[in-house]
Amino acid sequence: MGAALEIRNLHVSVEGQPILKGVNLVVKQGEIHALMGPNGSGKSTLANTLMGHPAYEVTAGQIIFDGVDIVELETDERSRMGLFLAFQYPVAVPGVTVANFLRNAINARRKAQNPEDKGIPIPEFRKLLLQKMELLQMDPSFGGRYLNDGFSGGEKKRAEILQMAMLEPRIAIMDETDSGLDIDALRVVAEGVNRLRGPNLGVLVITHYQRILNYIKPEFVHIMMDGQIVESGGPDLALHLEEHGYVWLREKQANGDA
Amino acid sequence: MATRRRVAREFQAPPLSRADVLALSERLNEPDWLREQRLAAWDLYESLPMPTTQDEAWRRTDYRHIDWESAGHLSANGGGARFEDIPAASRQPLLGDEQGAMLAFVNDHLVHHEVAPGLREQGVIVTDLHTAVREHADLVRTHLMTHAVTPDIDKFAALHAALWTHGVFVYVPRGVQATLPAHSIFYTTQPAATLGHLLIVLEEGTRLDYLHESLSPTLNADASFIGVVELIVGPGANLRFVNLQDWGHHMFEFSHQRARVAADGQLDWVTGQMGGRLVKAFMEIDLDGKGSWGRMSALYFPSGRQFMDLDTQQNHNAAYTTSDLLFKGVLKDEARSVWQGMIKVLPGAQKTDGFQANRNMLMSDKARADSIPGLEIQANDVRCTHASATGQIEEEVIFYLMARGIPRPEAEKLVVDGFFVPVLDRIPFESVRDRMMAYVERKLLGEVN
Repeated sequence: MGAALEIRNLHVSVEGQPILKGVNLVVKQGEIHALMGPNGSGKSTLANTLMGHPAYEVTAGQIIFDGVDIVELETDERSRMGLFLAFQYPVAVPGVTVANFLRNAINARRKAQNPEDKGIPIPEFRKLLLQKMELLQMDPSFGGRYLNDGFSGGEKKRAEILQMAMLEPRIAIMDETDSGLDIDALRVVAEGVNRLRGPNLGVLVITHYQRILNYIKPEFVHIMMDGQIVESGGPDLALHLEEHGYVWLREKQANGDA
Repeated sequence: MATRRRVAREFQAPPLSRADVLALSERLNEPDWLREQRLAAWDLYESLPMPTTQDEAWRRTDYRHIDWESAGHLSANGGGARFEDIPAASRQPLLGDEQGAMLAFVNDHLVHHEVAPGLREQGVIVTDLHTAVREHADLVRTHLMTHAVTPDIDKFAALHAALWTHGVFVYVPRGVQATLPAHSIFYTTQPAATLGHLLIVLEEGTRLDYLHESLSPTLNADASFIGVVELIVGPGANLRFVNLQDWGHHMFEFSHQRARVAADGQLDWVTGQMGGRLVKAFMEIDLDGKGSWGRMSALYFPSGRQFMDLDTQQNHNAAYTTSDLLFKGVLKDEARSVWQGMIKVLPGAQKTDGFQANRNMLMSDKARADSIPGLEIQANDVRCTHASATGQIEEEVIFYLMARGIPRPEAEKLVVDGFFVPVLDRIPFESVRDRMMAYVERKLLGEVN
């Protein structure tokens, strides 16, 4: 049985301001989910909270990953358990090459499993990196560049996918991976994700637009408004949203509340 | 064991005297000219005031807590230490297995002297300064504190000229490209004063790679190092000079380091500052000849309650000269650093290009880095620019790295290593780069030597 990420009645505040107000969601390995919603609905808050960003305070609820409540766990522990966040805004790390960084990330995993581990042998690492770069149609010279330093928007997002390919997470959250990408870059990134799809990878695609979902086809679509998931359905829901916007949902909410 | 210290209110001088100068010169059986040079410097020393925080160059450096009772007495000869007592990593050859030249001192005592036959055949001299005074008197007389660091700069320079206890003399004769690097070490084991000197002279059209290291374990009483470095780079000569400092946390360093670069000469100077309780180092490059080039790079990483004050000057004394400075610091705990840098362009030094950049990364909100760039330009056709920035280590970067499974300490190490990379890349010896990274790691883990 695969691992699952279960979000139960999650409440999150930022600087004392409640943003998430009871989110419930289950993403299983092998499934692709899309989470859509207007600006400010709490999508990125959810992504950052799942990864344990210190600025986001869980005030109630649980995040169960692989049967463990991870709310109290450090960010690096969550990652080593197999949770991955593709950042909306990957930060530059000057002086640290993509390859060096990835070797550190892989070695951190190995060391957590076996404190005696001496780290992945360099030739083995190089082979793995080249293989994943080829899979994602990336130039091998990419590994020698400083991480996200001077990268174009498209390169940053591709670097995120490369990291995902190297670290082989069980559940990946993609936070607005489509933002700032032109159609060609979007296609390249989406193709990369599709190559990683399989029974061992669950994905939560967080997006503002339907566009990326033409390339990464989800099985489940959820809509978030004002810190809650207000509608869940199949792929049709995204298309419906594209056509009708969020207005009908707002009305439905208002009527439901009345 | 912590010792209770008297808190002195005044900027006091060490308890040294003219008799110490005479005794030292006598013990070393020095020639008259040198004894006279020492005595003249002593007279100058006596006429100069101790620097205080009222002096611009010393405004941020308060050394009143130094305990001259221990730090102000000359180190007793050798102290019984041997070459093998110096950490093994420092004694390794710089390139592969082949030692070019190695000169090592423990306290003021020469404990190791090795020059590869290849270098000797080239006519390269690497010897201790006392020997050089006897065997190469003319060369030493020409250069020793006459035109790079002069005794009249301040009281510490004068004190050094009067009482230098040991030193290295390096000479590369005209046209010689040294095939192997040279290396010297000042290691101390006593809570006392040492006054080490480094005099490196490159004649026209020569080339040399050089590493100097100052280090010691931490002792439980204060020590002082009152040092001078003089680098003389002749016309068209090329010197790559690396200077690493990893004193124990009992050490107070006051040093003057100055290079003079003749026409078309090149100096690539990298400094690594890790240790010491308090470091006040003046580093100066004079681009004296047309077309000369000088680069100064530093990485420093004070932690605990360490204090480092690095005072740099890039003097453009001739036309078509280029200087480039990059100083990068990481500070932990309650550490403090000062970088004060001046680019000076003399009248007539047209078409010069001077640059300076200082960047500091703070790993604690109790650490503090002062950054004071300066330009003094008396020519009208020049390009001089500076940049400086100081900020806390970025939590968003740490979060990003941790989100890939890297624990916080390793994430911080990656960020700090990456920060230092532009300076580390300028160190011409891979083994030394690796050692610098190891120093940085030790600092991050909070281990003090």
